[in-house]
Amino acid sequence: MQFALTLLLLAAVLALSWRFLGSYLEAVYSGRVRWLSGAERVAYRLLGVDPGREQRWREYAVSLALFSGASLLFTYALLRLQGQLPLNPQHLGAVSPLLSWNTAVSFLTNTNWQNYAGETTMSYLSQMAALTVQQFTSAAVGMAVAISLVRGFSRAGASTIGNFWVDTVRGCLYVLLPIAFVTGAVFVAQGAVQTLAGPVLIHDALNGATQLIPRGPVGFMESIKQLGTNGGGFFNANGADPLENPTQLTNLLSVALLLCIPVALTYTFGKMVGSRRQGLALLAAMGLIFAVWTGFTGYAESQPNPAVAAAGVVAQPQGNMEGKEVRFGVLDSTLYDVASTQTSTGSVDSTPDSYTPMGGFGLLTGMMLGEITPGGAGSGLYTLLLFAIVAVFIGGLMVGRTPEYLGKKIQAREVKLASLGVLVMPVAVLVITGIATALPAGRAGAFNSGPHGFTEILYALTSQGNNNGSAFAGLNGNTAFYNLAGGIDMLVGRFGVMLPVLALAGALAGKQAVPVSLGTFRTDNATFVVLLLGVILIVGGLTFFPALSLGPLLEQLSHGRFF
Amino acid sequence: MLRPPLSRGGHRGGRGVAQSRGLFDVAILKVALRGSVVKLDPRVQIRNPVMFVVLVGTGGTLAEAILHPSVFTWSITCWLFLTVLFANFAEAMAEGRGKAQADTLRRTRSETKARRLRADGSEELVPSAQLATGDLVVCEAGDLIPSDGEVIEGIASVDESAITGESAPVIRESGGDRSAVTGGTRVLSDRIVVRISAAAGNTFLDRMIALVEGANRQRTPNEIALSILLAALTVIFIPVVVSLYPFASYAHSPVSVVVLISLLVCLIPTTIGALLSAIGIAGMDRLVQRNVLAMSGRAVEAAGDVQTLLLDKTGTITLGNRMAAAFHPVAGCPERELAAAALLSSLADETPEGRSIVTLARERHDLAPTSAPSAAHFVPFSATTRMSGLDLPGRQVRKGAADAVRGWVTEQGGSIPADLEPAVQRLAAEGATPLVVADGPRVLGVVELKDVVKPGIRARFEELRQAGIRTVMITGDNPLTAATIAREAGVDDFLAEATPETKMRLIREEQEGGKLVAMTGDGTNDAPALAQADVGLAMNTGTQAAKEAGNMVDLDSSPTKLIDVVAVGKQLLITRGALTTFSIANDVAKYFAIVPALFASSYPQLQALNIMRLHSPQSAVLSAVIFNALVIVALIPLALRGVRWRPSSAAAILRRNLLIYGLGGVVTPFLGIKLIDLLLTALHAY
Repeated sequence: MQFALTLLLLAAVLALSWRFLGSYLEAVYSGRVRWLSGAERVAYRLLGVDPGREQRWREYAVSLALFSGASLLFTYALLRLQGQLPLNPQHLGAVSPLLSWNTAVSFLTNTNWQNYAGETTMSYLSQMAALTVQQFTSAAVGMAVAISLVRGFSRAGASTIGNFWVDTVRGCLYVLLPIAFVTGAVFVAQGAVQTLAGPVLIHDALNGATQLIPRGPVGFMESIKQLGTNGGGFFNANGADPLENPTQLTNLLSVALLLCIPVALTYTFGKMVGSRRQGLALLAAMGLIFAVWTGFTGYAESQPNPAVAAAGVVAQPQGNMEGKEVRFGVLDSTLYDVASTQTSTGSVDSTPDSYTPMGGFGLLTGMMLGEITPGGAGSGLYTLLLFAIVAVFIGGLMVGRTPEYLGKKIQAREVKLASLGVLVMPVAVLVITGIATALPAGRAGAFNSGPHGFTEILYALTSQGNNNGSAFAGLNGNTAFYNLAGGIDMLVGRFGVMLPVLALAGALAGKQAVPVSLGTFRTDNATFVVLLLGVILIVGGLTFFPALSLGPLLEQLSHGRFF
Repeated sequence: MLRPPLSRGGHRGGRGVAQSRGLFDVAILKVALRGSVVKLDPRVQIRNPVMFVVLVGTGGTLAEAILHPSVFTWSITCWLFLTVLFANFAEAMAEGRGKAQADTLRRTRSETKARRLRADGSEELVPSAQLATGDLVVCEAGDLIPSDGEVIEGIASVDESAITGESAPVIRESGGDRSAVTGGTRVLSDRIVVRISAAAGNTFLDRMIALVEGANRQRTPNEIALSILLAALTVIFIPVVVSLYPFASYAHSPVSVVVLISLLVCLIPTTIGALLSAIGIAGMDRLVQRNVLAMSGRAVEAAGDVQTLLLDKTGTITLGNRMAAAFHPVAGCPERELAAAALLSSLADETPEGRSIVTLARERHDLAPTSAPSAAHFVPFSATTRMSGLDLPGRQVRKGAADAVRGWVTEQGGSIPADLEPAVQRLAAEGATPLVVADGPRVLGVVELKDVVKPGIRARFEELRQAGIRTVMITGDNPLTAATIAREAGVDDFLAEATPETKMRLIREEQEGGKLVAMTGDGTNDAPALAQADVGLAMNTGTQAAKEAGNMVDLDSSPTKLIDVVAVGKQLLITRGALTTFSIANDVAKYFAIVPALFASSYPQLQALNIMRLHSPQSAVLSAVIFNALVIVALIPLALRGVRWRPSSAAAILRRNLLIYGLGGVVTPFLGIKLIDLLLTALHAY
């Protein structure tokens, strides 16, 4: 009953953000929002950018690469030098080179995979200046790339797709900062820690124990962690830590925050291309998969844990409570984890490693679909549009016309770029997982053996390849092999998709639009949604079927039951 | 299948180039069988990445079969090899059909002697191969025209059946729009002088042979785009399968290379990969069967994209000529008197309009005379007088354009009745042509000539509208007349008082709006518009300039052919899309057949995924491979014939094809693989 109320509330918040945040985003990126124009001008002057000058896709991509390169270096340097820098009350030393590399890549790519425990590794300065800054900029970059692709559709005969610096600055300034500030205050008000005063020692006289309680600037990091679909928390326990995610309200707020931008962007898309229905069709495809996966995983977790049952605890009236917070219970925890794996956020308030095999299957496959349901801030929309282009091409042929999407003909160049963008992720994940399972260094990481151990490796590399950052746990990632391989996985999964997307934006913007007629293949109705789902599930999802059969499927079947 | 073309009357299958062949013509089958082996050359195979992967995979299983021989490895190797052969067969079969038609054409191209005119007017005999562009040759009754050219002197009837399949001779004359002659056709009567416009080896017939044969077939833009998608779908499955090797060894469940290769071949889109080029070749072939020659495959694809059809009114929308429909007497003249005068004036008028007046007068008023009185003198129609009629001793009867007859009557001192002008205006407003009839100075009334819209054309346009294709009627009529016919025929728009310039402007406007335009034309002044249009269908009866400018030639010269061309273009794309969808959807069942079999020995639990309950791991893999090979053969007829297209909205077509090829593609292999598995088990193969 209470969960139904949660869902209802969540649906209401998302509906509002779809309509109003969506239209606000459109206004932001078309330059009509100006309430912080003073700060905006300062930012452009510091960057040396002429905000009136638009860029061709190559210039846009070069700017993106320059900015990303600089961010990577800056983050890496800060982590390496944190021992000499202020705001380090615990006197933590430099982060090791490979871990710094992995972490810098991870926050640059909006992945927030953490091969470290925040409270014992990172100084406050590192958490704030290195990691939290990236949580803003990486989300803003993702949104910028998505908007530039949408401009490709909405423009005709244009050579430019916007200005990278302007899009990124506006996304940070008008969208991420204000929302993160307001909701960060809510987190703090609810009891999330926000201090620079360092950890406290607590002496428990009753039990005679002394405990060091880590603290830090947590509350405001928490809001952007969710809003920017980042997922990297201050503490190792992430959303399960009461100092990070104190109440049921903040738990629900987290879910709403991580879903709101990806959902709203479908409205922005519809508004920019001149038809809200087009955006609604994409949202429907996203929503259907999200709903089915939430139901499936929730059902799986409501079952008794077979491993616990095998150990003799047959009665598990609340379902599988292993690794879950009693504060949240099975359903709220599952909703949080499903939402975070399907949005490329990766934050957790319960441990995926302790999920039932089919529950873990739900989380893992949510990522394997390519982070499009609704996916990350920006990355969800642009990746889904790649699938939509493939679907339009196949479906468009079936009606007997050169396929066109939103009036733009989908020809050799578009098909090439879209297929490239679609296949980068599965190829990277499968190849690197293959290497990890073949090398002793890769095999050594998993705590478990057999199918569960395989799932631990597969989950880690799927999560990084999809820039999710969700950790299954049960894998020691802080090894030379996983720091290095994971970094490559994340870079390929991020920029291997972004570059084709920008090239696509350029190609589409230059095209003339074909007028719509009755002979036009419609992309705003139920038939298209079915076709799009078919392409996502068969082309995107089934590629992982053989691997899954050795992981969660085998594990589930080995417990003797299959539902 | 397609709706019977409106041009049925002009569509004479079974002769000339327009041969429609049975799907499994024995001669073609033989050629195709040979072709499927010849095409095994790796240099040919590499052009098709999907099938190349199958060929390489076959090499791998062959090596395995030689090193570790077993019934299973050899069976898999054979079936993988057959998969490649079947793909080659499909392509060879499509090519074979084109080649057979090219051979028919080639037989008509025999070495001839040409009678070349020297500068001084004398003739010399030279082999036609030595003719150069600009040479003048003489052709008389019985001569073969040595090369393409233009008649510059004389008029002749020519038998063009060699290229058109039409046995009735056609008239070719100097000047005007019927001056082009084609090499290889035969002069039946009279004498003409032809200026050669194409050197040997580059004639229309030569190009036609090359096209039909698919000798230097270029892949079309859409075909290239689809090939890229198929290559991507092949690339993606290589890591899927290769990574299974370390995964399996991590799981302590070694997998056989043969099974991995089988999985790879089953997952990559072999069905569409094998049939893709056959679909393209067959599309061209279907056009040829409709007696249309496309100069490039690109034009055929463009035809499927056409959103605006420019259709000539005469012959396409209306039945050729205007017909007399009614008599409208003025100034109290009895209708019978008007009819009699109109009849008299038309007795010697051999134009279709004139004859229709005679017919109407006889039917309505039972008027008898069949020939003009002997003393009569016929005054033919001329562009200056715009009247025709008959002079009898002491009596002059005229019919013609209203202002012309009015002028003539006034000249003779007659007066114009007050009710003439309203009658003329009313008829013109209705889209009819008013012909005023006068007997000397007395105006008798008006004959109403009307265009007769072809039966069924309205429904046809409605269908095209449903399919999102706009029809624009092109006519030289005035806007009022044009509007009436447009309304009656149900076209979306019309261009009245059309000139080559206004046509050109219309095409440009449509294209600037992003639309693709198709048109037909025959005259030299149509050439720029034909070249500008995305699909320019030139009439074979037209001038050489028109034929050069368009990207298709209609050998039947039937104006309705444009609609068929659009249908063929759409069919081509739909067939590709449908088979791609089918091919991708097939993967679902193949996963469920092979994946449980992969790890069956180590993890019998995975048999829960064996939802088809296949007999054994080996029979499961083999059944999937056999199904994958046989489905190619089963779909060859569909690839060659094309998926049917009927004009209807895109949404309806998509729903239908998604159901048949999408859902069907998911379900069929479940049934097929299970059936093959049952057969293998029954035969005790496993």
